[in-house]
Amino acid sequence: MSLDTRIGPEPTLSPPSGSGSRRLKRAVSAVFWFCLTLALTFLGLLAITFFIGRIIPIDPVLAVVGDRASAQTYEAARVAMGLDRPLPVQFLSYVGDILTGNFGTSVSTGRPVLSDLGRVFPATLEMATLGIIIGVALGVPMGVIAASRQGSFVDQGIRVLGLLGYSVPAFWLGLVGLALFYAHLRWVGGPGRLDIFYDGLVPYVTGIMLIDSLLAGDFDVFRNAIWHLVLPASVLGFFSLAYIARMTRSFMLDQLSQEFVTTARVKGVPERVVIWRHAFYPIRIQLITVIALSYAGLLEGSVMIETVFSWPGIGNYLTSALLNADMNAVLGATLVIGAVFILINKISDVLYRVLDPRAR
Amino acid sequence: MSAPLLELENLRVSFPTAHGRVEVVKGISFTLGRERLGIVGESGSGKSMTGRSILKLIRSPGKVTADRMTFDGVDLLGQSERQMRAIRGARISMVMQDPKFSLNPVMTVGDQIAEALRFHARLSKGERKARVLSMLEAVRIDDPERVSRLYPHEVSGGMGQRIMIAMMLIPEPDLLIADEPTSALDVSVQSQVLDIIDDLIRTKGMGLIFISHDLNLVSRYCDRILVMNSGRVVEECAASELADASHPYTRGLLAAMPRLDETREELPVLDRASWGGT
Repeated sequence: MSLDTRIGPEPTLSPPSGSGSRRLKRAVSAVFWFCLTLALTFLGLLAITFFIGRIIPIDPVLAVVGDRASAQTYEAARVAMGLDRPLPVQFLSYVGDILTGNFGTSVSTGRPVLSDLGRVFPATLEMATLGIIIGVALGVPMGVIAASRQGSFVDQGIRVLGLLGYSVPAFWLGLVGLALFYAHLRWVGGPGRLDIFYDGLVPYVTGIMLIDSLLAGDFDVFRNAIWHLVLPASVLGFFSLAYIARMTRSFMLDQLSQEFVTTARVKGVPERVVIWRHAFYPIRIQLITVIALSYAGLLEGSVMIETVFSWPGIGNYLTSALLNADMNAVLGATLVIGAVFILINKISDVLYRVLDPRAR
Repeated sequence: MSAPLLELENLRVSFPTAHGRVEVVKGISFTLGRERLGIVGESGSGKSMTGRSILKLIRSPGKVTADRMTFDGVDLLGQSERQMRAIRGARISMVMQDPKFSLNPVMTVGDQIAEALRFHARLSKGERKARVLSMLEAVRIDDPERVSRLYPHEVSGGMGQRIMIAMMLIPEPDLLIADEPTSALDVSVQSQVLDIIDDLIRTKGMGLIFISHDLNLVSRYCDRILVMNSGRVVEECAASELADASHPYTRGLLAAMPRLDETREELPVLDRASWGGT
């Protein structure tokens, strides 16, 4: 389709409206395929979580009725949970349940899993998003600067920082951060999302404290939320920064040795433009993948960080659900994390196509 | 011949290795007017390094020294990086080897050509665009409007190289260095591209340094020829007198060229012992 616009005899003579409608048609079909692959991938994810739930040696019935229940009670619960039906039927009803938002009830919290997830996931989302923003805003420029001054003092410093990001344990950095900035310097808030007397002051809308407090117009809560968020997000940001800076540096070094960079220099283009426009521009595409993966990693919920900061996020939730054999909660959380992975990958796919003329 | 455009005296380029600095250009000297000079030699003879050192594009840790390196009265070695930027592109330009690698893959052809003008001339966007289109026409591209919107991966090698030439000649430099401009192209489009360079160089009265390993092409498109081997100039002669070259290395190169009008059992290879070279 893209070919015939090029080798057609007189492409400039075709009316502009024709090419416009063709572009529209292409966009529509792109959206269609996007949705279709998204749906199929999601179905695959559902199949995986469903079969994990059936394969692992945790008896969901036992978790509900307890191990001292009689055989009749056990059997009655089994039928009530629909576990006596054939697997494909169970899978279909599982898919139906998920689509209608019925994730089951959590054994340990006694609430519907969906409402639990609606509480814990925004907490993680908030922290991870701020973390990735810090990581990208600092990591990308650092990588570019390191590469453009390869071997210099700055480069060495950034490399050491990157090395620390790989070797320092997250919980240690979190604890040291708390000890220094919270306990000693009092620059940031302590563990938790809010100080206790701010808890429950703003109504739940999105679950993201920064947004909810703004919606409620309560700036004290907003300030307190940032106060608490800054340290854990910075710790997460540090780890993604280390990874992003390292990848940016190596992508840039690769680009700077390309012939077209020399071409730009031959043209008398200033070095700043050579670095940002000629070398950095092409690697945005690779960087998207790196950043997306890094973000998805943060969204999984870092159990270590969430534990250290008593952050009520999805990592914490998933871990305690696992320890309590709370299968509905485990599968629900897994599903959310899987869906986030799929979505982020899809979005980076689309960005890839928008940014790279060779992939259009 | 007019006043010399470029004067080189005892140019040396060296790189550090584990066994000390290695010189890849070992003291070459020549002067160039507004004429066409060919530099020939085998791979690794230092031809490209010579070309790049004129633009001071040898990156650290490589080192360029010379007793004298002046361009139009300006001492190139004494120029700061900033001053060199005003010379690169605007006064001395270079056509690189392979358009597949030497054009930026994510910028349109038109933008890349316009960029060569952007830092050397104060022009409005419209004027720049008009110049780009007329330059594309000058390198015999039929539909410049359309081609200027294409990306490098959408054009053929021959067209890519013509775009490269347009990009390098648009600020109207005085000296063009063509570093193996056709070795990545099909033989069928080689002469097409070289004819364009030749034509533009002559009409604009520029100087040309044509770096190649192809003796035939060099003798056809140049006035004067330098033959280089392992960092030294071993022979300098007028292009028309190449056939009477005296140095054993040049003779060896000439003898190793296959000809259409003869049949030989076996092509002779270079007898490196005869002149004590590499």
